[in-house]
Amino acid sequence: MATAVINENENKALWAGGAEPLKASYGKLMMWFFLLSDALTFSGLLVTYGFARYAHKAYTGTVQDFIPSIEYWPIPEKIFTHIPFFHIDAPLVFVGLMTFILILSSVTMVLAVEAGHRNDKKDVQKWMLWTVLGGIAFLSCQAWEWMIFITGSTDGLIVNDPDGTVRHIFGANLIHNEYGPRLFADLFFFITGFHGTHVLSGVIINIIVFYNVAVGTYERLGSYEMVEKVGLYWHFIDLVWVFVFTFYYLV
Amino acid sequence: MGHAQHAHSAEVQPRDPAKVKQILKVTIILAILTAIEFILAFTVGRGYLLTTVFVLLTFVKTFYIVGEFMHLKYETKILIWAIILPTLFIMWLILAMLIESNHMFEAIKSIFG
Repeated sequence: MATAVINENENKALWAGGAEPLKASYGKLMMWFFLLSDALTFSGLLVTYGFARYAHKAYTGTVQDFIPSIEYWPIPEKIFTHIPFFHIDAPLVFVGLMTFILILSSVTMVLAVEAGHRNDKKDVQKWMLWTVLGGIAFLSCQAWEWMIFITGSTDGLIVNDPDGTVRHIFGANLIHNEYGPRLFADLFFFITGFHGTHVLSGVIINIIVFYNVAVGTYERLGSYEMVEKVGLYWHFIDLVWVFVFTFYYLV
Repeated sequence: MGHAQHAHSAEVQPRDPAKVKQILKVTIILAILTAIEFILAFTVGRGYLLTTVFVLLTFVKTFYIVGEFMHLKYETKILIWAIILPTLFIMWLILAMLIESNHMFEAIKSIFG
């Protein structure tokens, strides 16, 4: 990192170029502003979710007696109750596990950045690899979650349309949804899908950085700042999931 | 890359236990907050109170992830404000739209029955 020493009376030169007034490199600043714009995009999706939710009827009965219907917005903990390999009712356990995996991969990323500050190639390599593995684990979990959501329950849902037709729906897609109003499934696919796309691109970028660390590109450059930049992106993805977890699954 | 190979590489420094400890501390806080949210979802009845608690806990988690993991807490003041100010406007947008959706629901009900 360039360390320009600037006097008090030379303050004019601070913004005249050649210095780093914010004490962060160009690449890091641009990553921050990109993340800000990405936050706007995700906020748009969450606003849409909130808007759709409050523009639909709310379920008024007790949680125990909840039955999915296209008439009212569902209670998420009654929808996301599946975990792999066990046929038991485990509300939100799987999505809690996914949250935990992503937070842990964020931690390994911090450790990679910390190792980068120390120019410790071996440590950066190790923690980057763990971060990539965490990202892949998260994506696999999400794929399974989508599969269950799309396949649906064994009984399905019988819907009597106003025009007299009777539909038997299994699972959810962009048109039919056995768990609740059509928008509930649409937004599920869109929000978790858009986040999943971010995770996927994050994993790919992490793999590229891991490769560069392994072949010694940053060692030759004398700076591991690239690890820091992709770290910012990766933490942001983790942060978005924290919000998705709260607003889509908990509330 | 050919010629750059002869550039000198910086020296490896030893691990700083205080830094690693701080990272572990934040990890544990994040895990505990998530666990609390998880427990609250099953023990407390749904309503404005629970939603408020969830939002507050999410903000606390945001503070730790952005402040510590993304290191924003230790950047210059201008950079911190350059990120936080626009975020405040985004939050206002979310709140305004949520209030608006209630009116939409009422309007749809009164127009279409």
